[in-house]
Amino acid sequence: MSERKEVWITGIGIVSSLGEGLDAHWDALNAKRVNVDDKRFAPYIVHPLAPVSFDAQIPKKGDQRQMEAWQRIGTYAAGLALDSAGVKGNQEILGRMDMIVAAGGGERDVPVDMAILNGYLKDNSGPVFLNERLMNDLRPTLFLAQLSNLLAGNIAIVHGVSGTSRTFMGEEASSIDAARIAVARIESGQSDIALIGAAQNGERSDLLILFEFGDFNLKDKYAPVWARAKENGGFAIGSAGVFLVMESQEHAEARGAKPFAKLSKVASNLAQRKQPGAVTKSLETLWPKLGSLGDNGSIITGATGVEAVTSEEKAFLQEHPGFAVRSTGTSFGHTIEAQFPLGLALAALSISRGALFPPNDPTGFEVEKAGAPTQIVVVGAGHWQGEGMALVEAVKQ
Amino acid sequence: MAAPRDKFGRPIVVVTGMGVITSLGAGKQDNWAKLTAGESGIRTVTRFPIDGLRSTMAGTVDFVTVEPSSSTGLTERLAEMATEEALEQSGIGRKSDFPGPLFLAVAPVETEWPQRLEVGRAVGLAVGKVDFEIQDILRHSGGGKFAPFHHRFMFGSVAAHLADIFGTKGSPISLSTACASGATAIQLGVEAIRRGEADAALCVATDGSVNQEALVRFSLLSALSTQNNPPQAASKPFSKNRDGFVMAEGAGALVLESYESAVARGAPILGVLAGCGELTDSFHRTRSSPDGKPIIGCVRKTLADAGLEPDQIDYINAHGTATPENDKMEYLGISAVFGELAQKIPVSSNKSMVGHTISAAGAVEAIFSLLTLEHQRIPPTINYEVPDPAIPFDVVPNKARDARVTAVMSNSFGFGGQNASLILTREPI
Repeated sequence: MSERKEVWITGIGIVSSLGEGLDAHWDALNAKRVNVDDKRFAPYIVHPLAPVSFDAQIPKKGDQRQMEAWQRIGTYAAGLALDSAGVKGNQEILGRMDMIVAAGGGERDVPVDMAILNGYLKDNSGPVFLNERLMNDLRPTLFLAQLSNLLAGNIAIVHGVSGTSRTFMGEEASSIDAARIAVARIESGQSDIALIGAAQNGERSDLLILFEFGDFNLKDKYAPVWARAKENGGFAIGSAGVFLVMESQEHAEARGAKPFAKLSKVASNLAQRKQPGAVTKSLETLWPKLGSLGDNGSIITGATGVEAVTSEEKAFLQEHPGFAVRSTGTSFGHTIEAQFPLGLALAALSISRGALFPPNDPTGFEVEKAGAPTQIVVVGAGHWQGEGMALVEAVKQ
Repeated sequence: MAAPRDKFGRPIVVVTGMGVITSLGAGKQDNWAKLTAGESGIRTVTRFPIDGLRSTMAGTVDFVTVEPSSSTGLTERLAEMATEEALEQSGIGRKSDFPGPLFLAVAPVETEWPQRLEVGRAVGLAVGKVDFEIQDILRHSGGGKFAPFHHRFMFGSVAAHLADIFGTKGSPISLSTACASGATAIQLGVEAIRRGEADAALCVATDGSVNQEALVRFSLLSALSTQNNPPQAASKPFSKNRDGFVMAEGAGALVLESYESAVARGAPILGVLAGCGELTDSFHRTRSSPDGKPIIGCVRKTLADAGLEPDQIDYINAHGTATPENDKMEYLGISAVFGELAQKIPVSSNKSMVGHTISAAGAVEAIFSLLTLEHQRIPPTINYEVPDPAIPFDVVPNKARDARVTAVMSNSFGFGGQNASLILTREPI
């Protein structure tokens, strides 16, 4: 096996409830801005997508029409990431670029579902009614806007990313593993350059219902993650598309690309959560896999606010008191598949800007941190399963 | 004994266990006997009423049922059965302690209609009115009454269950590359072993998703055959009168190991994963680029990855869905790479008999390719009565054929521009 290559993050694309692009996010984080809507789905709280002109990254209206919101958000963010890396339109590179998208699935056509459901129940209909209504009422191409792998498909069509295309599924863990596999492929020389990321539209009643089955939604009143009461925890679903371009140092240098940071390690795990304390233990086993860590770095976590996961994660974080913690859930809500890429993106952005963004936490668990960060650990613990960790570091130049 | 590394210096990846379940039956033996007898597993759907549907047949796995009933539940059970068979053959690890990662190809998951209706009935009672709104459902979904539905309809739930019962290591990866998913799961396993991350990987692909909405969705995309009678004759790959694919269910599981590790523990070596390749088509959401370049590129990458020339491939296990578009494009791609050989190399489609097992197809067909190598017998393309003159493949029409087969290419092409191919050999090359 040849020597492992260094993996650089050379492109970042973010669109979220706080806006679009790196400057808008940096400003919003420094201003401790939070954008929530507690009316539309009351008593549930969501972080709606900031106004975005999709034309800027998805010029053909026909393409936009073929997508549901989550695909538009993701395709948009992927375009931002390619722009950021300076590879947009470079067909030679895009034609051999790896793509790993972490995806959930499609938004339902709620009016159609509700008409069928009410009709079925009202007339005490049988399954034949369902056949007839589905055949007549479903838009023929809706399926393509719902299929998980069609976010990647749309990114290929709109931006020409057409080396390889893989879609991982499975909520938060899917994007941790997307990053892990992309890094492994680049480190080992199986790949030179990859696009990874995910998208989430939080303004979806079908998704709120799915999470409400498990009582995961934050209700009544917004609070920062660490200030959510244990008995009334939960997450406010966020809206975000986050994509990263990562490549080998050699590949980046050969084309004169500047890194935001390097991605030194990604590790993931699946704890058996029936045991109390399993999440704490799982994170404890991941920490030493990151390699050599100083004792006063920073941690960006995607902690959801769901109990007991968040308390168990907090117990782990408290074992590393020298590390300043930032929770993306406070500012962005919980963006499910996009949560881990968001952490990676903000870590790389902070390193490139020479500062960690300020805490936004009335409980005081998050503390001020001066100076330029050189190591940021990104932590993700899924709301029901899956744990992961990554080390983002400054590139020594 | 061959060297434990291939000609590119990578660890050789072998298959030491496999399990398969389709509408033809459970297990390799049953499937192989019926496949080589040219039997069809396609039948008229009885799981739900077919009134009002344009396509009324499928390759459902009706001999397996789960309670409570759901497509995701059946998908999970099929994966479990195939994996049990693969592990038993391989003899790897200990019970509930598989010494490597899990890569699972699985259909996207969402709340299904029976559960949506069950929630709707409860909400109707709770709100006391007939026409309620989605906000009413949202407000009455919590409190634990429907907690199992959260778990069931998480995308990661099938993989989590398999990881739990089979004790695979690390975070299990669930993936979808549409109709190429099964091939992608195998490819991820091959890559992990080649990187030296693992000595073994469990690659599983499963699909139990023949339900009303799934059938309607594919039907509305005009992807399905409507030649409902007789159902066994509906799937007509490479025929002039083909008119679409037939949805089907099934699962395939493969234990992949490094050659070194398999030899060291005296495991049965069923075949070699000599090469994998993939190339994205960015032309259209459901159609292939008319010039066939992405398919051509995918096939060439796979040959290059295996270090083989076209004339070293003895048999092609086609994607062969029987849609007008796929079969035409598959011929275009194969003939561009293989030249005149494209009319000489046998090319058959298992989908003529088992239908299109969608997310499972890549793995199910890889297993059938390995059985072809083992038995030196090529399964036929059935329902081949009206050849398409534009596709002059030797499709092994209607009857299985004995042949000397040392290397097989298995193709998978899917919606969203997903193209993946595998090359399997009997011995290390």
